[in-house]
Amino acid sequence: MTGRARVLWLQSGGCGGCTMSLLCAQSPSLPDALEAASVELVWHPALSEASGDEVVDLLGAMERGDVALDILCVEGALLRGPNGTGRFHLFAGTDRPMTDWVKALAARAGCVVAVGSCAAFGGISAGGQNPADACGLQFDGVHAGGLLGAHFRATAGLPVVNIAGCPTHPNWVIETLAALAARALTAADLDPCQRPRMFYDHLVHHGCPRNEFYEYKASAVKPSDLGCLMEHLGCLGTQAHADCNTRLWNGEGSCTRGGYACINCTAPEFEDPGHAFQQTPNIAGIPIGLPTDMPKAWFVALASLSKAATPERLRRNAVADHLVVPPGVRNPHRR
Amino acid sequence: MPRTLLLNANSGVVPAVTRIVVGPFNRVEGDLEVRLDVDGDRVREAWVVSPLYRGFEQMLLGKAPLDALVIAPRICGICSVSQSMAAAYALAQAQGLQMPRNGQRATNLILACENLADHLTHFYLFFMPDFARPVYADQSWYAGVVERFRAGTGSALREVLPGRAQLLHLMGLMAGKWPHSLSLQPGGSTRAVQPQERIRLGMILAGVRQLLERTTFGDRLETIAGLDSAAALAVWRDAAPPDSSDFRRFLHLADALDLTTLGRGVDRFMSVGSYPLDGRRCFARGLWWNGLQPLDLAGITEDLSHSWMFGGVEPQHPSAGNTVPVAEKPGAYTWCKAPRLRGEAVEVGALARQLVDGQPLMRALVAASGGNVANRVIARLIEAARILVEMESWVRALRPGEPFCDHAVIPDEAQGVGLVEAARGSLGHWLRIRNGRILNYQIIAPTTWNFSPRDHQGLPGPLEQALVGAPVRPGERTPVAVQHIVRSFDPCMVCTVH
Repeated sequence: MTGRARVLWLQSGGCGGCTMSLLCAQSPSLPDALEAASVELVWHPALSEASGDEVVDLLGAMERGDVALDILCVEGALLRGPNGTGRFHLFAGTDRPMTDWVKALAARAGCVVAVGSCAAFGGISAGGQNPADACGLQFDGVHAGGLLGAHFRATAGLPVVNIAGCPTHPNWVIETLAALAARALTAADLDPCQRPRMFYDHLVHHGCPRNEFYEYKASAVKPSDLGCLMEHLGCLGTQAHADCNTRLWNGEGSCTRGGYACINCTAPEFEDPGHAFQQTPNIAGIPIGLPTDMPKAWFVALASLSKAATPERLRRNAVADHLVVPPGVRNPHRR
Repeated sequence: MPRTLLLNANSGVVPAVTRIVVGPFNRVEGDLEVRLDVDGDRVREAWVVSPLYRGFEQMLLGKAPLDALVIAPRICGICSVSQSMAAAYALAQAQGLQMPRNGQRATNLILACENLADHLTHFYLFFMPDFARPVYADQSWYAGVVERFRAGTGSALREVLPGRAQLLHLMGLMAGKWPHSLSLQPGGSTRAVQPQERIRLGMILAGVRQLLERTTFGDRLETIAGLDSAAALAVWRDAAPPDSSDFRRFLHLADALDLTTLGRGVDRFMSVGSYPLDGRRCFARGLWWNGLQPLDLAGITEDLSHSWMFGGVEPQHPSAGNTVPVAEKPGAYTWCKAPRLRGEAVEVGALARQLVDGQPLMRALVAASGGNVANRVIARLIEAARILVEMESWVRALRPGEPFCDHAVIPDEAQGVGLVEAARGSLGHWLRIRNGRILNYQIIAPTTWNFSPRDHQGLPGPLEQALVGAPVRPGERTPVAVQHIVRSFDPCMVCTVH
């Protein structure tokens, strides 16, 4: 591609939240960020002037190959129902299933990007009994395949790039587009879920401000408590692949900073954890989902040891919604 | 839409009528199609089609009740907190929980932050760019509007997007992130505000106030919120040049294009009320229908006659409703159900809220010209000024150290209703719990009301009625007037069908 990469953004069976999140981009804000990333939004459903027939004409030209399509971004799951017809989402004004449009345009695109866990894996749109028969572009939950099939490669050679998350962080999207526009992303830069490793080789646990509580297993027992959310309140931050607590959201936030569990929204099938989201399932008090790469025996041993060693300050603050015992101030002259 | 209608329209019986299909309809949240019968230079009849079905009400069945707090917000990326709040209220009613005062103020702040951000998104990103279309190139104001509002390049975008992002730092601090937070719980907020954070919140809002007063209004928020008559609005508008603020720019544009004559709706307005605080609502609940009336929630029904939904002929109250999609159904043309109040279509949104709440300017403007494109947009901006002033008072009233969240167990058998005002209007969740699991969950979203299809009496929904008579220029396939009318409702299509 020469000049700025031409991006087409389609919204399929999703909530539009990844776009809403994208609008929160800062340093720089979205218009400047896109320019800096060397991409041009040829059409985006929330941002572009073109409507109706103008859009149908543009998409038709792209499908025929008359207009270049460097990057196709799809937000939202692909809805195959009812009965494989795709009619749960007919792209407005065209009487044609969105799944059909996406297949046709993906065949022409230099790169295909799934924006958000719905487009990547099916996500929340595939929740429960999956009434709309939703799937991702190249995954159906944890299984490779999805709408485009496991062997799909875009014309520039990459499989679908999955920017997972519910929603996505604006930087994940902009910086992935920048890397693609610069041809700086290779298949080796993607993890087994085809997520760019630069964002997803981190754990949400990294940088969590509740880490001191975690170390001593000083746990929150009810919403608004300050303690660690893993033992009782369903937090999967020690297993979730994302840099949420080092990158931060909306200036100063993250799920655990907001006082609630990380629900591992960057993972396939996060929408059906098999238990209530805000409750940690356990056997004899030991959480079923252990921290990533941690042998169970060691976790049990360390947990019982650290529980025995929990300082009073952490024990009490863990079950309060504000600091009740401040850290002690040490006199530097006393040893 | 019945295919026979299409045949009649094309069969030469009424040769002047042409059928056009408008879509995809962007700069609305989600996917939308509008089908129009055009008679000469006017829309004669309209059908509004919601082309996307995901099935959230079905997904929620059998889940643990609190899972609704994870699932419901993900119906919508722009009304995410409103969906969370409605779910939390419904669960709170099922649990018999009352939020502590801090919890009320914190959740109100989070909801208000979303509503205010949505109003800015609508005005600057969704609505105004249509006036920068080439179709208006011969207008005297055109060059200025292109410079300010053209999609993607307008100077307003570069001022307002950073300001909006800064406003949403309130979400980062109080709700972890936006959209899709889990901080809103039946008993309040998971995120207790600490003393230094209360000061920080004040700083965030001060920055937003500066943006609104400098850019959007060109005046004090209190002055805007206090405008109380059409005459006062005209005096204010003329007190400074049109390009001194975006609100003034819009008022001049509205006059030049006579936007009060465009998109006249059903003139029945509903608000379920918003921002509960110490036993009252900051924005009142009610029905504005030839004057203020109490809102009878038992009078709400959903009609399935023109929806691709399985169901009986009799419209059901949402507490008894269900959602079973069908692929083919004679006479059906949308996934959207048709909510009605006492059998009538009603309009919801900022205009309805401000009318019901008694904001004097909006009462005066509607008395003069009814619900229309101009008044819907003016109401949204007036409300934006009012919301920020309220938010500042809630931040000052936060009491760090006192509780932000109360707690109770979920009963095995219970029901609850959660009613909230999203930016674009009234949102309701009707929840029933049996054996500790969700037995039924029905949702009526704002745009379900506004963009509903015909009902079993053949009565069109509010937008379908508002589009009748819209002007169509020669050769237009996506009429610009239709775009103004559709976007004046600030539709959210992903909520509409959910």
